[in-house]
Amino acid sequence: MLLLALDTATPAVTVALHDGTDVIASSSQVDARRHGELLLPAVDRVLAEAGLKLNAVTGVVVGIGPGPYTGLRVGLMTADTFGLALGVPVHGLCTLDGLAYAADIGQGPFVVATDARRKEVYWARYADSRTRLTDPAVDRPADIADQVAGLPAVGAGALLYPDTFPQAHEPEHVSAAALASLAAEKLAAGEELPAPRPLYLRRPDAQVPKNYKVVTPK
Amino acid sequence: MADEPLVLGIETSCDETGVGIVRGTTLLADAVASSVDEHARFGGVVPEVASRAHLEAMVPTVDRALKEAGVSAKDLDGIAVTAGPGLAGALLVGVSAAKAYAYALGKPLYGVNHLASHICVDQLEHGALPEPTMALLVSGGHSSLLLSTDITSDVRPLGATIDDAAGEAFDKIARVLNLGFPGGPVIDRYAREGDPSAIAFPRGLTGPRDPAYDFSFSGLKTSVARWIEAKRAAGEEVPVRDVAASFQEAVVDVLTRKAVRACKDEGVGHLMIGGGVAANSRLRALAQERCERAGIRLRVPRPKLCTDNGAMVAALGAEMVARGRAASSWDLSADSSLPVTEPHVPGHDHVHEVSKENLYS
Ligand SMILES: [Zn+2]
Repeated sequence: MLLLALDTATPAVTVALHDGTDVIASSSQVDARRHGELLLPAVDRVLAEAGLKLNAVTGVVVGIGPGPYTGLRVGLMTADTFGLALGVPVHGLCTLDGLAYAADIGQGPFVVATDARRKEVYWARYADSRTRLTDPAVDRPADIADQVAGLPAVGAGALLYPDTFPQAHEPEHVSAAALASLAAEKLAAGEELPAPRPLYLRRPDAQVPKNYKVVTPK
Repeated sequence: MADEPLVLGIETSCDETGVGIVRGTTLLADAVASSVDEHARFGGVVPEVASRAHLEAMVPTVDRALKEAGVSAKDLDGIAVTAGPGLAGALLVGVSAAKAYAYALGKPLYGVNHLASHICVDQLEHGALPEPTMALLVSGGHSSLLLSTDITSDVRPLGATIDDAAGEAFDKIARVLNLGFPGGPVIDRYAREGDPSAIAFPRGLTGPRDPAYDFSFSGLKTSVARWIEAKRAAGEEVPVRDVAASFQEAVVDVLTRKAVRACKDEGVGHLMIGGGVAANSRLRALAQERCERAGIRLRVPRPKLCTDNGAMVAALGAEMVARGRAASSWDLSADSSLPVTEPHVPGHDHVHEVSKENLYS
C-alpha cells in the first residue's frame, strides 16, 4: 500500500506518502496565497525523497476542509485528477480530523478550530484524537464561547482568538502526515472514508464583478 | 497526420468547463459543461459558483472528451490549459487539474493564453493560420482587435473596448426589449425582419480624432435604451424588429469597419473573427461583404468553436508542441490578468507575476 495524502484547506500546503506502516516522506509549506503554485512541486519533491514515482501510489487521501475555498479546491482538484489518471481510489478526510489526530492532547474532550477568515472559525468538538463529536461548523468565536468553554483547543483558529480559546496550542495547521496516518489506520480497520467532496459550509457570495460576462435571467 | 501532436486542452476561465482534444489542426473532441443556468438568477457570472461547478464537472468532462475522441490518455503529447486571463478562482481549478493530469501521465504542460486560443481555434476549421492574421475577438467577455504573426509567440493588441464588451451590449438591449436571454441570437433573429437604417444609433469612437481601433458600446447601449423608453413614455409601440436591426447594425458596422481598416493599415490579407458574437449572422455577412471589397480573406469558425471551449486551448497547445515551444513548469499559476502579448507561460526563464487580486477571498 502506498497512500499519497495532501491538504490545502489551511494556509499549509502539505503532502505526505504513507506505506501502510509509516509516513515515508512529507513536506509542509505555509503560504496561504500560493497553494496552486506549491502543491505539484511538493508532490514531486516528496516522491523523489522516497525514491518513488507517482504510478506506485495505490490510493489518494485529500483533506476536504472546511477551509477557504480557493485554496481548498487546489487539493481536491489535484486529488480527483490523480485518481482519474492513475485509476486509484481517492478518499476524503475532514481537515479538522487530521488536526485532531495530530493534536496529541491525551484524553479529551477538546476543540479543533481553523481560521475561516471574516472573523470566523471552522471548528468541531472531539472526544479524543480519533472521535469527532460535532459536525464541522463555521461561526464567530464569541458565538460559540459557551460550547467550547473550559476545553483545550488546537489550530490557527483557536490561536487567533484567545478570548474564546484561552487554552489554545499547537499544532497550528494540519499536516498531510497526520492525515495519511489517520487514513491508513481507518482503512486498515475496514472503515469507509468520506468521498472527496469539499466542505464549503458557506453559500457562495453572489457578487457579480463589474465588466464581466452578463447573464440575464431567462 | 498520425505524427501531428495529440493534445488535450482544458478551459475554465469563466463559466464553461471545456475539455477538447485535437491532433494538430484536426478536432477530435470538444466536451463542454456549462454552469450558465446557475448564474442566471444573479444576473451575471458569480465567480464562486463558477469555481464550484468547475471542480464538480472537470473529471466527467475529461472522461467524455477522451471517449468522444477515441484516444487513450497515455498517447497524448501534451496537456494545455488556460492560464489566463479570466476569473482567478475559476482558472485555478483548471490549472490544478491540468498540472495533476500532465504530471500523472508524464506529459508536458502548456499554460496558454485564452485570447490567443480564441484565434488559434480557427486552425481546426480552416487549417493553418496565415501569418500574419488579424483577429477580431468579440464576446460577452471581450472585444479586441489583435494582430498575430505567430500565434505561439507574437500577438499584438491593436485595440479593445474601453467600456462594455460587444456581447454585453446585445444582452442588455435584449433585456430592455424583454426578449430574454441570451441576447445575441434573439436580437439576430428579430433584426432579420427589421430595417437596419430605421433608427440612426451612434457609432462609438468613429470620429476623426478617436482611437482608430478601440471600441465603445456603452454610449450606444444608453442611446438605444433611451430611445425605447421615450417610445414607451409616449405610449407608442416599440418597433422591436427595427430597433434590433438598427442596434445590431451599429455594433457590426463599427466592428467590421475598424477590423477592415486595421487590415488595410497593417497590410494584412486575412481577418479572423472569433468569440460568441462571431455567431451573429449580420456580423458575418457584413464582414464578408467588406472583406471582399477590400480583397481580404475572411475566416470565421463555426459558432460552437467561437464560444469558450477546450478545443481552442488544445489547438493552441498543439501549435506549441509543433513549434517546439518551452513547456510550463509545475509551479504554473493562474493569472487572472495574463497580458494578451503572452500567448503562453513557459517555464522558469520567464516567470509571470501572479495577480493577487481576488485569488483568495
Ligand atoms: Zn472567451
